[in-house]
Amino acid sequence: MPAVHRVEVRPKPGHRDTRGEAASRAAAAAGLPVPERIEHASVYLLEGDLTAAQLRRVADELLADPVTQAALVQPAPSAGGVPVAERLPRLDAVVEVHPLPGVTDPAAESVELAVHSLFGLEVRVRTGDRYDLAGLAPAAAATLGARVLANPVIHGIHAEPWHPERFPAGTPREVRVVEVPLRTLSDAELERLSRDAHLFLSLDEMRAIQAEYRRLGREPREIELETLAQTWSEHCVHKTLKSTVRYREANLAPGQRALAGDALAGRAGHEPAADGSVTVRNLLKRTVAAATHELIDPARPDRIDWCLSVFVDNSGVIAFDDVHAVCFKCETHNRPSAIEPYGGAATGIGGCIRDIMGTGLGAKPIAATDIFCVAPLDTPDVPAGCLPPRRILTQVVAGVRDYGNRMGIPTVNGAVWFDPRYVGNPLVFCGVVGVMPRTMVKGQVHAGDRIVAIGGRTGRDGIHGATFSSAEVEHGHASEFSHAVQIGNAITEKKALDAMLAARDRAGGPLYRAATDCGAGGFSSAVGEMAKDTGATVHLDRAPVKYAGLTPTEVWISEAQERMVLAVPPANIAELRAVCEAHGSELCELGEFGSADGTIKLLWNGTEVGSLDTHFLHEGVPMPTREAVWDAAWSAAQVPPAGDGRGVGPRLVDTCRALLAHPNLASKAWIIRQYDHEVQGGSVVKPLVGVGDGGPSDGAVIHPVPGSPRALAIANGLATGWSSDAHAMTLAAIDECVRNLVCTGADPARIAILDNFCWPSCDDPRNMGALVRAAEACYEGAIAYRAPFISGKDSLKNQFRTQDGRTIMIPPTLLVSGFGIVEHADRACTMDLKAPGNVLFLVGTTGTRMGGSHRAMLGSATHHDLRLPEVDPARGAAAARAVAACIADGLVRAAHDPSEGGLLPAVAEMCFAGGLGASIDLSRVPAAADVADECRAFAEDPHRYLLEVEPAHVGAVERTLADAGLAHASIGHVTEGALLEVVGARTARESIAVAELQAAWNAPTGG
Amino acid sequence: MDHGPRALVITAAGINCDLELMHAFAAAGARPEAVHLEALVREPARIDRFRLIGLPGGFSFGDDVAAGRIMGALMRRSVYPALVAAIERGVPIICPCNGFQIAVQAGLLPGPDAGAAWPDAAAVPTVALAQNAGGSFRDAWTRVEIPANTRCVWTQGLELDDATGLLPSAHGEGRLVAGDALLDRLEVDGQVAVRYHDADHFNGSMRRIAGICDPSGLVFGLMPHPERFTRWTQHPRWTRLSPHQRRAEPLGLRMFRNAVERTLVAT
Repeated sequence: MPAVHRVEVRPKPGHRDTRGEAASRAAAAAGLPVPERIEHASVYLLEGDLTAAQLRRVADELLADPVTQAALVQPAPSAGGVPVAERLPRLDAVVEVHPLPGVTDPAAESVELAVHSLFGLEVRVRTGDRYDLAGLAPAAAATLGARVLANPVIHGIHAEPWHPERFPAGTPREVRVVEVPLRTLSDAELERLSRDAHLFLSLDEMRAIQAEYRRLGREPREIELETLAQTWSEHCVHKTLKSTVRYREANLAPGQRALAGDALAGRAGHEPAADGSVTVRNLLKRTVAAATHELIDPARPDRIDWCLSVFVDNSGVIAFDDVHAVCFKCETHNRPSAIEPYGGAATGIGGCIRDIMGTGLGAKPIAATDIFCVAPLDTPDVPAGCLPPRRILTQVVAGVRDYGNRMGIPTVNGAVWFDPRYVGNPLVFCGVVGVMPRTMVKGQVHAGDRIVAIGGRTGRDGIHGATFSSAEVEHGHASEFSHAVQIGNAITEKKALDAMLAARDRAGGPLYRAATDCGAGGFSSAVGEMAKDTGATVHLDRAPVKYAGLTPTEVWISEAQERMVLAVPPANIAELRAVCEAHGSELCELGEFGSADGTIKLLWNGTEVGSLDTHFLHEGVPMPTREAVWDAAWSAAQVPPAGDGRGVGPRLVDTCRALLAHPNLASKAWIIRQYDHEVQGGSVVKPLVGVGDGGPSDGAVIHPVPGSPRALAIANGLATGWSSDAHAMTLAAIDECVRNLVCTGADPARIAILDNFCWPSCDDPRNMGALVRAAEACYEGAIAYRAPFISGKDSLKNQFRTQDGRTIMIPPTLLVSGFGIVEHADRACTMDLKAPGNVLFLVGTTGTRMGGSHRAMLGSATHHDLRLPEVDPARGAAAARAVAACIADGLVRAAHDPSEGGLLPAVAEMCFAGGLGASIDLSRVPAAADVADECRAFAEDPHRYLLEVEPAHVGAVERTLADAGLAHASIGHVTEGALLEVVGARTARESIAVAELQAAWNAPTGG
Repeated sequence: MDHGPRALVITAAGINCDLELMHAFAAAGARPEAVHLEALVREPARIDRFRLIGLPGGFSFGDDVAAGRIMGALMRRSVYPALVAAIERGVPIICPCNGFQIAVQAGLLPGPDAGAAWPDAAAVPTVALAQNAGGSFRDAWTRVEIPANTRCVWTQGLELDDATGLLPSAHGEGRLVAGDALLDRLEVDGQVAVRYHDADHFNGSMRRIAGICDPSGLVFGLMPHPERFTRWTQHPRWTRLSPHQRRAEPLGLRMFRNAVERTLVAT
């Protein structure tokens, strides 16, 4: 029996203990008692037949740095080591943290590989971290361990050094085919089965399955039922968005857009009824997708001809130039991130990267985006079952950092939105952009192609992730579903990516005919999707597993990370195997596509364990009619109360300072700096721009194709402040995304967008009503801006049931991500002011409505008109075109979107990013005479732009804007000084030091 | 360029800055070719065909255990003699970021004492690149300085100004640590190749050292990424620079030109 040896690596005396220092900082940030000192040691447990001398060499030559570190070697007691119990902790308490059995331990995998390569020794490794704490009692240390140093969901936490005699190992199970009798069950029994087996299927769906198996004349086997549950989960089939919905309105306020009744009569798939309702058949198809299909309709003379693949693949693809295509996908990973934020966010970006790898014949990921929605970091009384928001945000940032940086994908754009309603359901959006040859945009499975899996091994990871993410969270879910949480291994994915691209770009053509990733549902989804038209035979026993004991069902539905499935012509298998070996990526033949009857046959050691009808699997899910009632008054009442007005006034510039410190606006440098946002060398406009990199860029610009002058702008729009009307909110988000892209230099005629709906439960007709409004606005916005949606995703059960029975619903949240072509990278634009004497233009009008604005959120604003501003997408599109023309002609030195915080905060940002001052006259802002100065300064009206123009170009800019019929005005100029000066019709001259505004913006918000 | 000197770019699991390194070599007139470490381990003689070598940045083997540790340990036992032979042949080698961490672990930097021969077996590391003083990964452009006495062939004769004398850094383990005697020797012998400017010294390296070279000046390891500053649009404030400021070539490209031109002179 091999023994377990233990090695501790810690700093030599006189060298800094940066990990210990970081642990102390984290304890302080969490508001826990901070020990006098924390000492950190890395722990390696090695199981194998090693002599003491071999162990010493492994420790000294591999595990410890000879300059800064020392290794303490503790051989197994059986190999002459001193029992661990006799090595008492040196300080007051010990917290030692190890990944639980079955949790991915990437460092351990690397050490196993290195020990084998360097010393020719076979060992199994587990890693851990030991913290010795001075000045803290063991009980307080245990609290610190569970809340800061580890997450009990994935970590074992020990109060003394852990040195087991042997590692826990999986035990092989006898495999038997389990049948689940349901043909004779009553409705109540079907519902109970759905819940007890974690299927999360509705009664209608259970009945459909019952009917199917009655027709087949047999009972379903467990693996078949699990596959149906995965495939039919909300996460995978968008049941809600594709359903038929009957929509009504109540309590509509004046000025709010009516959609019920005849408002949308004439739109395909929309049927008004006499009772004032409208019925929409397949909401997604009739709104988001309808806009795209209208815009790209070949019958239209003005059709968009640069969309190459929309909605059908793992990401949406558009043409970049004659040779290259670019693709974009944005995913959410909300539930896993609520329970284990680090692993949840890391596997979120890892999964989205695989969507790009699994588009067509594989695209190369070139950029990532991250948008987080969390509760305010100072939230008191976080409900039981929720992690503190600061910990969530810090850890999701760390997860994106560690996965994205290791993959070598620059995270270039993002946002953070704070709202107390995200306390139980933080939202983690991960977007990835890829580039590929246009000839590789489509793949095609042929019957007879081998089913090949490459990349990581299969374990019990993430089982029931898809069904879990389609369920409402309850306070008890964290432990019940901890196996749905996973840790990623970026290097495994990087190796698979390197191997895939080598196989794709081989001189004789790609070695495979189609590719997809294993995401939610694992092999069941990936193979199920690819085998839709051919059927397949799958030998589940052939999948490489992380440990023994997996059942066929577990292999089939495991959501283990870093796996891709390829369709490979048999003649190419040997060559593909060689490519994978050269890149250190494991390859496995699971079976072949094609079966006589079009079904998917699942085998285990040659015995059939399941058989699935692909048609029933993909088309059999019943789509019930859903009720939607948009109640305007109820929606408005969901908005959290305004703040206490702290920091507001008395002067406008004081309020401006308070707004810049609002966490939604304040600097995200602490996040941005942790990401390698420049890897691959393609960055043109970075997330922070200007003097001292001190300004927030509206978007990012990158070079997808080195050597080409053409570039790609990437940005997002999120208008959760407007959640009281999802229709206006959606149009505002699209407008903001377009403005952000245009401000960095994108051509508005070449912008494509993505939708990510994150909603509270749509079983509540009021939330469903808001969803209908958002979807209809997606149609209107996409058509008006001529910006097609090319891909989207939804997450529709984001609400949390507390122990005392309260339900906390997130605000309806729509993230619009977009990318657009920048014709010449040299004409890309940044938001920092460039030179004194230049003129500041404001494009677009400002009104009295302050609803949804950050100024309103601050509070003390009782005199304001709290309706949402009106969005006019046609006007927004005209503004985008005109501003883009000015930028493309080189007439604009700086451009900035004043959407968050309004005019004055945006000018302030431009000032400190430029190291310059500005003088602004609010009376010149295009607005009706009765619009108060405070509105002019802080309203967040849509389709407005701030432009810095050299005096010589003022005439040309004015002509372009006037020709487009746009309201615009010179509202001031750039000054040499270090002041922001403001005057208005009723405001005497005010001024504030730009440095003071910058300090407010830079005030720490997290980390 | 069909006739430029051939440049070897070594890749491995987790190496991810190979593309920008290839582009930098190409922009400077070389012909880059990426070869996986596994292939070089099998056939170290392939290294002999190249006139320039780059060890790119990234997270080799996940930077597990410590940055560069596993890849460095693998190279010590495999391609080290072939790389030493290349150095003795006059081949410039650049090792940015993870490449620097790997080179230090592989015994390639700081190299033997001036005047001494390379040892047959890779030396035990004497320089460490420890976790940043701030405790976390950081991406930032920093102003840099080139010591007047440096013997580094890559940083010879470069004049820097405040607006353009910058390089991007992006790392979590870049704090250079070594014994005082060694640091004294490196400074005196001109083996400090680049330093962080006083105001931009974010990772806490001893004596602000950002990069060092071996006694021949050919092997250049540094935490910043000169390969990511070969076009003006990569500069963090390029939209603020005047045409006059953008007339010269970007600092990173000038370093690559130095090395490529040296191979041409040596022909």
